[in-house]
Amino acid sequence: MIAINDILSRRRVRGAISGACIYIFLSAGAFLCLLPLIWMISTSLKEPGNVFLYPPQWIPRPVRWENYAEIFTEWPFLTYLRNTMTITFLHIVGVTLSSALVAYAFSHLRWPGRGVCFIMCMATMMLPGQVTMAPTFIMFVKLGWLDSFKPLVVPAFFGSAFFIFLLRQFFRTIPRSLIEAARIDGCGEWRIFFFIMMPLSVPALLITGIYTFIGSWNDFMGPLIYLSSDSKRTLALALAYFGQSFISGITLHTLMAASLIVMLPCIVLFFALQKHFMQGMVFSGLKE
Amino acid sequence: MARRLSQRETLTGWLFASPWALGMVLFVAGPVVASLVISFLEWNLLETPRWVGWANYRRLVTDDPLFYKSLNVTLLYTAAAVPLGMALSLALALALARPRRGQGLFRTIFFLPTVLSGVAAAMLWNWIFNADFGLVNVFLRHMGITGPEWLASERWALPALIIMSLWGMGGTMVIYIAGLQGIPRHLYESAAIDGAGPLRQFWHVTLPMLSPVLFFTLIMGIIGSFQVFTQAYVMTGGGPNYATFFYALYLFQQAIDFLNMGYASAMAWILFAIIMALTGLQFYFSKHWVYYEETGK
Repeated sequence: MIAINDILSRRRVRGAISGACIYIFLSAGAFLCLLPLIWMISTSLKEPGNVFLYPPQWIPRPVRWENYAEIFTEWPFLTYLRNTMTITFLHIVGVTLSSALVAYAFSHLRWPGRGVCFIMCMATMMLPGQVTMAPTFIMFVKLGWLDSFKPLVVPAFFGSAFFIFLLRQFFRTIPRSLIEAARIDGCGEWRIFFFIMMPLSVPALLITGIYTFIGSWNDFMGPLIYLSSDSKRTLALALAYFGQSFISGITLHTLMAASLIVMLPCIVLFFALQKHFMQGMVFSGLKE
Repeated sequence: MARRLSQRETLTGWLFASPWALGMVLFVAGPVVASLVISFLEWNLLETPRWVGWANYRRLVTDDPLFYKSLNVTLLYTAAAVPLGMALSLALALALARPRRGQGLFRTIFFLPTVLSGVAAAMLWNWIFNADFGLVNVFLRHMGITGPEWLASERWALPALIIMSLWGMGGTMVIYIAGLQGIPRHLYESAAIDGAGPLRQFWHVTLPMLSPVLFFTLIMGIIGSFQVFTQAYVMTGGGPNYATFFYALYLFQQAIDFLNMGYASAMAWILFAIIMALTGLQFYFSKHWVYYEETGK
C-alpha cells in the first residue's frame, strides 16, 4: 500500500515538474513573440530624443501621441490608405468570386475535361511566380498598364488555384441531394450558386477573404514593379520609401508609428476572426 | 455516368470554369511558354529581341559569380531557417496539442506574427537589429556582451534574417497541432502498455504519424525560401557585400531594374529546375522516413 502511494505521488510530482517546465517554455516563447510588438509600440510613442537611449525607456516619458498625428500631416497617408484599400477590396471581391465560381464547376457540375482541368489547376500551385514574371511584365507594359492598379487587380478575377481547391473541398461537403432537389424544382445553376452554395459556404468564403486581405494588404513586390508615381503608392510601398529616410535616424519614432498603423488592420482582423485564420492554415497543411 | 452529358451541362460547366480557363491561358500557360522562349533571347524591351541560344544559361553557369553567390545565400538560409523553424514549431505544438490551461491564449500569441508580414514587419526588425540601440543588442549589453552589427555586418546579416523568420513560425505550429491531434490515442496507449516511455513514444509514434505533415511543411518551407524578397530588399538591399543577396532579389534586379528579360527568364527556369530537383529528391528520400497510414509504409 505504502509502495503504491509512493509511486503515485512520485509520478504526480514528476507530472507537476514537467508541467511547470512546459509553462516556462511557453511563457518564454510568448514573451519573445510579443516583445518586438511592445518595443514597437514603445518606440512609436517616444520623443525623438528618447529613442536612442541606453538603457532604453520601455515606458515613454513623456508619451508623445503627436507621432501618430504626424503620419497624417507629414505624409499623404490617406492617399496611400485609399490606394491600398481600393486594391485590397478589388482583390478580395475578384479572388473570392472567381474562385468560388470555378470551385462550383469543379465540385457540383459535370462537364467534359473537368478532371484534367482540375489536375492542371493544382499543378500551377507548384510553379514559382518568377517563371511568369518577365512575360507578364512585358504584357502589362505593352498594354500600357504601367503605373496603374490594373496589373495588380485584373489577375485576381481569374481565380486563385489554392482558394479554388479550398472552396471545392468545402463545396463537396454540401449534399448533392440538396442541389438535385433545387434543380428538380427548376432552379438554374446561377441561382443555386448564389442562393444555396454561397450562403452555405460562409466559413470557407471568409477564410478566402481574410487570407486574400492579408496577402494583398502586405504585398510589396507587385506595387514595387508596377506603381511608380507617388500618388498611386500603396501603404507597403510608401512605407518602404519612407523607411529609406530612416537611415538618417531622425524619424524612427514616426516610422514605427506608421508601421504599427499599417499592421493594425491585420491585427484587428486577426483577433476578430482568429478561428478562421487557424482553420485556413490547418487546411493548407493537411491538403494531401 | 451512363447518361450522356447534355450540351447545356457542358456549356454551364465551362462557363463557371471560364475565369480559371482564361486565367490559365493568359497568366499561366501563355507566360510559361513565352518565358521559355524569352530565356533564349537577349531582350531589354527597348531594342528588338535577338536570339542567342543557350548563351544566357551558359553565362549564368560559367561566368556569373553573383548567380552562385545568390544561390549560396538562399541555400544557406534554407538550410538554417527551415529546420530551425520546423523544430521550434514542433516543440510549441507538442506543448500545446493537449488541453492545458491558457492553451488558446498561447496559440493566439504564437500565431499573431504570421499575419504581420511584409514591409511593416521588416521596418520593425530593422530597428530591432539596430547595432547601437536595437532591442537585441540592448539585451546583449545587459548581459555584458557587445552584440554584432547584425544587418550592417557581412557575417551576421543572414543570421539576423533567419532569426526574424522564426517570428512567423506560428503558422507551421498550428498545422502541427492539428496533425498531432489527429494521431489516434490508442497508439499511445498500446505503446505505453508495451513499456515505452515518453521519449520512445515520441520517436516511435508521434514522429512517424506526423511525418507526412513534416514532409509537406519541409517542401513548402524550401519553396518559400526561394521566394524571400521583401525582407532582403527593404532591410539590407542584398548587402552588406552581397551577404543577403537572395536568389529572388537577384532575379528581380535582372528583370525589373536592368530589364534583362532573357537573362531573368533563364534564371527563373533554373530556379524552377532547382525546386523540382529538391522536391524530387525529398520524395525519393521520403520513402525512408515518411509514413503513410493508408499504405502502411
